[in-house]
Amino acid sequence: MRPTGSALAATAAVLFGLAVASLFTGVITLDPGTAWHDPEALRLLAVSRFPRTAAVILTGASMAVAGMIMQMLARNRFIEPTTAGTGQSAALGILVATMLWPTAPLWAQMSLASLAAIAGSAGFLALIRHLPPSQPLLVPLVGLIYGGIIGAAVTFLGYQLDLLQYVEVWMNGEFSGVLRGRYELLWITGALTLVAYVVADQFTIVGLGREASVNLGLNYDSVVIAGLLIVSVVTALTVTTVGMIPFVGLVVPNVVSRLMGDNLRATLPCVALSGAVLVLACDLLGRILRYPYEIPVGTIFGILGGAVFLWLLYAGPARTAPPDGR
Amino acid sequence: MIEIEGVSHSLSGVPILRDIDLTIPKGGVTALIGPNGAGKSTLLSLMARLERVQTGRIRFDGLDVTQTPTGQLARVLAILRQETRIATRLTLRDLVSFGRYPHHKGRPGAADRAAVDEAIATFGLEPLAGRQIDTLSGGQRQRAFVAMTFAQGTDYLLLDEPLNNLDMSHARALMLRLGEVARTHGRTVVIVVHEINYAAAHADRIVAMKDGRVVRNGPPGDTLTGAALTDLFDTPIDVTEIHGRPVSLHYA
Repeated sequence: MRPTGSALAATAAVLFGLAVASLFTGVITLDPGTAWHDPEALRLLAVSRFPRTAAVILTGASMAVAGMIMQMLARNRFIEPTTAGTGQSAALGILVATMLWPTAPLWAQMSLASLAAIAGSAGFLALIRHLPPSQPLLVPLVGLIYGGIIGAAVTFLGYQLDLLQYVEVWMNGEFSGVLRGRYELLWITGALTLVAYVVADQFTIVGLGREASVNLGLNYDSVVIAGLLIVSVVTALTVTTVGMIPFVGLVVPNVVSRLMGDNLRATLPCVALSGAVLVLACDLLGRILRYPYEIPVGTIFGILGGAVFLWLLYAGPARTAPPDGR
Repeated sequence: MIEIEGVSHSLSGVPILRDIDLTIPKGGVTALIGPNGAGKSTLLSLMARLERVQTGRIRFDGLDVTQTPTGQLARVLAILRQETRIATRLTLRDLVSFGRYPHHKGRPGAADRAAVDEAIATFGLEPLAGRQIDTLSGGQRQRAFVAMTFAQGTDYLLLDEPLNNLDMSHARALMLRLGEVARTHGRTVVIVVHEINYAAAHADRIVAMKDGRVVRNGPPGDTLTGAALTDLFDTPIDVTEIHGRPVSLHYA
């Protein structure tokens, strides 16, 4: 358990350093030495830099945890909410809401997006239940097709409603538009991540399968539904506030699992912190590389995440169930 | 005491179990034997509420498995299934610790840790305790799962072919340990065994099943006769007596 503690402390320290760097990176130069006495600088921090930094950390942490939970629910390492239809369903929900109820207040839009995301993820889980367990790679393939079909519906509706600009933002997340008053819903994703930690053991047990869960006295269906709720609401809020950041929920849980195993009680804090660190690092890179212009964080993470994922696939033993030894 | 009354079960119209009436008294080792497809595993799954009882009722010490809260049942009975494939990366100690979940619900105390240590020691797994499950051999993994079931500390242990993948030495050690647990702690072990001679040597009672029915039920001396086994497996089987125990000679 000790190495876990020091890894956690180190990750937290890196996150803190990146967060400070994020506060002082942007088109308007702030001097860390004098900013605290300058009311104009403080206003900039409060309105733009802090909200952006907080949004990045919340998104990174909660999407990584959502990915881990989804992998436990599906008992498959190769999926995450943005590739398996949850994110696309959330976008579809918002579009349908815009079509049927254009004047809907924000909370109603968010609720509809969450409901659509829940339906989308439940559909995915129902779909993969019939796949043979001996073929673990079918699950992500089915997820990609499923997500692709829903994504196509989103694009079609977006085109019909002349909302393709929004669709573009939802599908390729970035944080440049985050300002005070426009990101606060993301704190709910932070709260849901904490809830996930409280019931972490139950998600680990669900990852052992239905029969093991029932044997240990777990109400399997309730835990799966709770997991679906957390994954779907986190994804829906993230997609509609900052957009999808692909690969976070895939790469981070896999790296942590490879290094520390899957006992979520021990590893979930590390999943959350690593997710925050990676997304924040990518966001900072995106801000610095073409300064003063920005590269969307999703693009940077896509390149980085794709490389890490390939390494995961090819390095060492596959992270699938060991062959049945009978 | 386990009471099974009028249990029938069918899967997509195919009858698997036909009107099973069976009482298994408390304490001791009961071996379920019979040919493949006799319904042994299905019966065990129904007993452990892994599948819904279609007709009839099953009670453990008077607790009906369909009506008792699942969390309460998890402190009364534990099951180990034949399929132990997991994709989760856990250390052996973590896995065994999850056997205590019904008792601590996520907050293990000193008693839980002691039970985990005991289970790991009982099955000789100390040197492997820190290893990831997916790096173990089939037999080691099998023992780890038995230890997890054992750590659950229930009065009733239902084990579906726990001797899978075990070599002679570990298979005998496991059977001896189960017998000891049953006799000294008054726990009830129901075990599906394919190797008849382990059942003959270690079980207090034999329940023979064929075509979804219980065809014989009694002590090994009465149930493991040449005629009974020949009939059960539709294969000529000689049974002789060595050191006062029936020994089946079914290898050739």
